[in-house]
Amino acid sequence: MDDAIQLKYTVSPEDFTRAGEASGDLKKVLKQIGVSPEAIRRVSIAMYEGEINMVIHANGGEITVYVTPSQVKMILQDSGPGIPDVEKAMQAGWSTASANIRSLGFGAGMGLPNMKKYTDDLQIETVLGVGTTVTMIVNF
Amino acid sequence: MVVRTIVELLDADIIHGVDLDTREIRSCCGSDMMSDVLAYVKDQPVLLTGLCNPQVIRTAEMMDIMCIAFVRGKRPDEKMIELAKDRDICLLATKHTMFTSCGILFQNGLIGGA
Ligand SMILES: Nc1ncnc2c1ncn2[C@@H]1O[C@H](COP(=O)(O)OP(=O)(O)OP(=O)(O)O)[C@@H](O)[C@H]1O
Ligand SMILES: [Mg+2]
Repeated sequence: MDDAIQLKYTVSPEDFTRAGEASGDLKKVLKQIGVSPEAIRRVSIAMYEGEINMVIHANGGEITVYVTPSQVKMILQDSGPGIPDVEKAMQAGWSTASANIRSLGFGAGMGLPNMKKYTDDLQIETVLGVGTTVTMIVNF
Repeated sequence: MVVRTIVELLDADIIHGVDLDTREIRSCCGSDMMSDVLAYVKDQPVLLTGLCNPQVIRTAEMMDIMCIAFVRGKRPDEKMIELAKDRDICLLATKHTMFTSCGILFQNGLIGGA
């Protein structure tokens, strides 16, 4: 990926009001370089779901994005609790979110299935007590 | 209909007006769960919600929702208004409940569509 643009974001833990800043910035960059609105929408939704997950389930983390003329690759890395059962987590409606998170408008268990739906590839590497890395690719 | 018609039908206050008379709107969604908006909304330019936090604005940004109407008297704070201004998102506020707001708009021809 020699000709890739690389973007790096730090997702701050606990600051719920700022969750989504990275996704918003990525959206702006993709618009500037002329990516199609349809592809931008897919990237934005997937990245935002992932970013929100980092804030509400892990303790924030780092996001690295590579943009080439043909694809976006998003790597979301956290040092949170890890996901005990990824297969279960991928099911629509499955969530460990607290009542507090639901009162903030999230926690329907729709994020991971939605990330899968809008990306061409979704990989989850997770180790309990160590953290989770979610890698997503959207081709244009 | 245009956003101005929604303002009139819902007797809404305009907190931040954008494209009030220009863009044609045919469908709308109503939800307090941003999870559901992200998962189910397809092409709805207007969101009715009783949730009032910055993530409502960010969700609209990601979904290309151009107008948010807060129901049952909810009022966005300065920070939310700033976020919306920055993103050219129209903000309205109505005293009607979610059910009544949806009913009025549906009766006047807006569809769900999700
Ligand atoms: N980065 C993460 N670290 C630890 N656990 C996670 C992480 N991402 C997801 N999970 C776990 O997987 C579950 C399902 O995630 P998903 O995003 O599908 O739903 P949710 O975040 O609970 O609700 P929604 O996304 O609809 O707001 C979560 O409830 C949580 O238990
Ligand atoms: Mg989620």
